[in-house]
Amino acid sequence: MSSERMTVARAMTECLKAEGITELFGYPGAAICPFYDELYKTDIRHILVRHEVNAGHAASGCARITGKPAVCVATSGPGALNLITAIATAYMDSVPMVIITGQVNSEQIGRDVFQEADITGSAEPFVKHSYLLKRPEDTADVFKKAFYIAGTGRRGPVLIDVPFDVQQAKIDFEYPETVDIRSYRPSTRGNGFQIKRAITAMKEAEKPLICAGGGLFTGNGVELMRTLAEKTDIPVVSTMMGLGAMPSDSPLYYGMLGMHGRKAANAAVNSCDTLFLLGARVGDRAIAAMEHRRDLTVVHIDIDPAEIGKNIEANIPIVGDITLVLEQLLEQVNAFEQPLSHKGWREKLDGFRSDSEPEPVEQGYVNPKWFIRTLDKYLPEKSVIVADVGQNQIWTAANISLKQGRFLTSGGMGTMGYSLPAAIGAKCADKDAEVIAVCGDGSFQMQFMELATAVQHGINVKVIVMRNRYLGMVREVQERTYGNRLVGVSLDGSPDFCKVAEAYGIGNMLADSEESAVKGIKRLISSDKPFLLEVAVPELEKTIL
Amino acid sequence: MKHTISVLVENHAGVLARVAGLFARRGFNIDSLAVGVTDDENVSRITIVADGSDYTLEQIEKQLNKLIDVIKVKTLAPENMVSRELVLIKISCTAKQRPEVLSICELFRGKISDISANSVTIEMSDNTQNINNFEELLRPYGIKEIVRTGTIAIQKGEQAVTVKN
Repeated sequence: MSSERMTVARAMTECLKAEGITELFGYPGAAICPFYDELYKTDIRHILVRHEVNAGHAASGCARITGKPAVCVATSGPGALNLITAIATAYMDSVPMVIITGQVNSEQIGRDVFQEADITGSAEPFVKHSYLLKRPEDTADVFKKAFYIAGTGRRGPVLIDVPFDVQQAKIDFEYPETVDIRSYRPSTRGNGFQIKRAITAMKEAEKPLICAGGGLFTGNGVELMRTLAEKTDIPVVSTMMGLGAMPSDSPLYYGMLGMHGRKAANAAVNSCDTLFLLGARVGDRAIAAMEHRRDLTVVHIDIDPAEIGKNIEANIPIVGDITLVLEQLLEQVNAFEQPLSHKGWREKLDGFRSDSEPEPVEQGYVNPKWFIRTLDKYLPEKSVIVADVGQNQIWTAANISLKQGRFLTSGGMGTMGYSLPAAIGAKCADKDAEVIAVCGDGSFQMQFMELATAVQHGINVKVIVMRNRYLGMVREVQERTYGNRLVGVSLDGSPDFCKVAEAYGIGNMLADSEESAVKGIKRLISSDKPFLLEVAVPELEKTIL
Repeated sequence: MKHTISVLVENHAGVLARVAGLFARRGFNIDSLAVGVTDDENVSRITIVADGSDYTLEQIEKQLNKLIDVIKVKTLAPENMVSRELVLIKISCTAKQRPEVLSICELFRGKISDISANSVTIEMSDNTQNINNFEELLRPYGIKEIVRTGTIAIQKGEQAVTVKN
């Protein structure tokens, strides 16, 4: 390939094309206009969000479905700063993303000119890496590296800040085919000695357990993990980020662990003797059950060496790509002379399975647990459920079964307002999937401007608003820990959500009985346009029983 | 416990900010920091003396290694390194006191780098402990100002911390 003379702005679009980017999420402003002007001349689809943070969440939702870096764009100063929460959200959940921001003219940097913000500095704690593109001739190299860094190793967001004058500069452009960063060599295969130790631990274990984390999705290890569990007859629990890695109807699956997890899953964690952590960083909400277990052998498999031994002590650390490590383990497992069986251990865990039917609630309301389970029955196999943060997230995570679908949520950062923009991104990534955002009336009001994005671009996402007129999760904390002194949690003054949908020209319905809920679910799923279903949840309903 | 960590980084703008920021936000305490270019102009060495448990040290090393611009991280064993700081000390010193001060300097291999009617500025380089001792001996004269660099350190013997090995 020979080089071609062009502006950096044009080169930026060429880089995106070379990386296979066909859609991006953004919000323009003066400092990024040269790039937008070049975007105009390409086939790349620009999806205009209604607030920059949602460009970030949409890219995040998109990337979590494709597994490849997705792109969001904003202008300098406030535009870039508004992205930070989304960048941090993606960073915590290891989502590959490339963020492009406009910056003021190079010579004006540091002079506090209009819409100037040090975005590389401000975002530093939340990015895997960042570039301030000062030398126009570095453009191709920087973009190539940014996509490579974002999409390999432990995935994460990479920011490229491009000053206005740099965008207009002329360069000889040629996109490199390969990339080599001497200080970045993501590890791949697991250490042979540790693999051997893990296999020995697996053979010796009487009560082994697999904990499936979100890394299985980013590392494409889901199928291999299922095979491993089936071949070794080892029960599986999952973290919230790992929901869906194991099909919920599998007899080997015992549900989500942690503070809001299933009884059987936590019982498994509490009584297992060997724990295989696969792509899970065991965050503090998941870890409580595992602390102070000196008798426990932990085999921790993760791509990021810094996660091993950070939150939980690992007896057998295996750093590597989850796919390669699982292949290494399976190679050994396939050579077992006698297949493993853990019938007794599984039967003991089966005793903890409790599937009590949700209780009926007072007239005019719908039990949220019953609602999610009912929704689950009507969902097509290939569905993406995006839960927001709060009670709605817990009800959804705990009651959705996900036959073959995906569950997305802001697991690490717990960012409210994530679900609708992330659902928009997920729908862009997989146009055949049924994509549903589930949120509360608190989080809905942080994001409902994005209904316009869905309408404008014909992105067929569905929204379920669990309305209880409270910031329910915080209210529960105040009830439990602060003597029921409720402060700042009432959502009085909220609009009629169906009328909000109406205002955007979106089909809508209120579910205030089991009958209307079923009808609403059917309408929601059959609609070929965005649809909003408001669910009247009893105001004082709890997540913890 | 104090740890001396030798970090080789790409010689880019902003790398020091990334390294320092990492220490700050992860709650690692830096005792001293020294930065300088290596024989390869594209590579800088940051020598950090940090305080913390073994768990902290392990996390520091792992988190530093995650920074894209960090090429190599090596914690130097105290018994297997030569470490130096440079200090400039300005003390009150009359003409009468000069012989005494000079003899202290001789003992510690300090060098007079500036002199005025009532003051002397001494330059000395050694490990942290010896510099502290030197400082204590000069304190009675009246210390006007002390300027100390961060510690730099190098492994004893043939082994070297370089990009290649």
